[in-house]
Amino acid sequence: MRSRQIVLSGTVLGALLLSSACSIQPWVKPYERDRLADPIMAWDRDAISAAYLDHIRESREGSRGATGGAGGGCGCN
Amino acid sequence: MTHRHIVARAAVIAALLLVRSTSADVLPDNRADVFWSKYSGGGMDITGYSATARAKVTENLALEANYFIDKVSGASIDVLSQASVIKDERKQKSGTIEYLRDKTTYTASYTSSVERDYISNTASISLSQDMFGDLTTVTLGFANTQNKVGENNGTANDPNVAWLGHALTRAYSGGVSQIITKNFIAGLNLQVITDAGYLANPYRSIRFLDATSAKGYSLGNQVYPETHTSTAVQLQGKYYLPYRAAVTALYRYYTDTWGVVGNTYEIDYTHPIRNRWIFEGRVRYYKQTAATFYSDLFPFAGSQNFTARDQNLAALDNTTVGAKVTYAFWPDGWRFFKRGTVTLDASRIRFNYLDFRNIKYFGLPQYPPGSEPLYQFNANVFQAFVSVYF
Repeated sequence: MRSRQIVLSGTVLGALLLSSACSIQPWVKPYERDRLADPIMAWDRDAISAAYLDHIRESREGSRGATGGAGGGCGCN
Repeated sequence: MTHRHIVARAAVIAALLLVRSTSADVLPDNRADVFWSKYSGGGMDITGYSATARAKVTENLALEANYFIDKVSGASIDVLSQASVIKDERKQKSGTIEYLRDKTTYTASYTSSVERDYISNTASISLSQDMFGDLTTVTLGFANTQNKVGENNGTANDPNVAWLGHALTRAYSGGVSQIITKNFIAGLNLQVITDAGYLANPYRSIRFLDATSAKGYSLGNQVYPETHTSTAVQLQGKYYLPYRAAVTALYRYYTDTWGVVGNTYEIDYTHPIRNRWIFEGRVRYYKQTAATFYSDLFPFAGSQNFTARDQNLAALDNTTVGAKVTYAFWPDGWRFFKRGTVTLDASRIRFNYLDFRNIKYFGLPQYPPGSEPLYQFNANVFQAFVSVYF
């Protein structure tokens, strides 16, 4: 019984989240993204250079990964 | 050449896919680069040459090819302990295909890297999706790397490579890039990487106390676990200043099943001057704990199941100061080129090891084993490249 309640609550919550996600309006309009579209705002302007520096570091450190820019994502070009 | 290099390569390739996956609405401009790099530090000299070209076949389909050669010479601190000098070359070829459909970019890539004692092949896929009015970009990626690990028992000029085993690396990546305001963009990346197989570096040795040796210690083979899983999370923000300049701040947290915990902090400043120049400065600080099975000096041979004295697994910190300048020689294009630039990049890195001692002082009577000064060195990294956009 309790598990059914949890599933039901999860379904309702998921539906609410989905419906709210669909209704999200972009709060930064496309015509307001000129600064974000400037090349100086790119996560990595030169991907080969960035990858080379990552390679230098990761060959000498114990850490690795998650260094990507996750996409420019400014939606401006 | 080493497993560290290979897993680094897999991570870099996966990261490159994430970087490359810019906005899904339009594929990036055609671009060609000729690249040169030089690393000097810790007794090693590495010179790299690279050529990259990417071109859109149609508005929705782009192809990219890259060729990279690394030439390594010198003798690092740990190789000195085995009285040999490295002279090696790594050739890497990669091809990438990008396909754009609506707001989704699909990317597939294949990379082949060959060294005398290490062969590595990586296949990668990623997917990048713009959503919520293009305020948000979500990227998912996967890379699979197969490695063949060897050891050169000959000399630099007369190699004799013994193949020791294989290693399989899988990298799972996820990232979100989010527009916060019209001046501020933030990003969150997560990457989990798993390795299985032969993971040790055959060129590095442990040392252990040995009363029968005149130096007071002897060298032995490293023994690594055959599995390794790491998790890294990076949070970054980029802000457009009131004048035309940008500042970037990032933090990365790293943890793995070998006990290494790393923290990275970086701040970059980018300052353009009209359409001709872009100046960039950066400061980066990194610190990590040692792996649980790492020791600079073990009490006796076979004292643990797993033993390592690889400097990458030691407790360490390093500080990088870097500068980059881009000059546009064709700021407004020429003939069918849209833009042409030349870029110079210089970094200086200070490495401090907190429990890895300097072999230069090993065996000296004033330094009993385990009391030698800690190892530290400076490295200089230079890059120069010409880029044309068309």
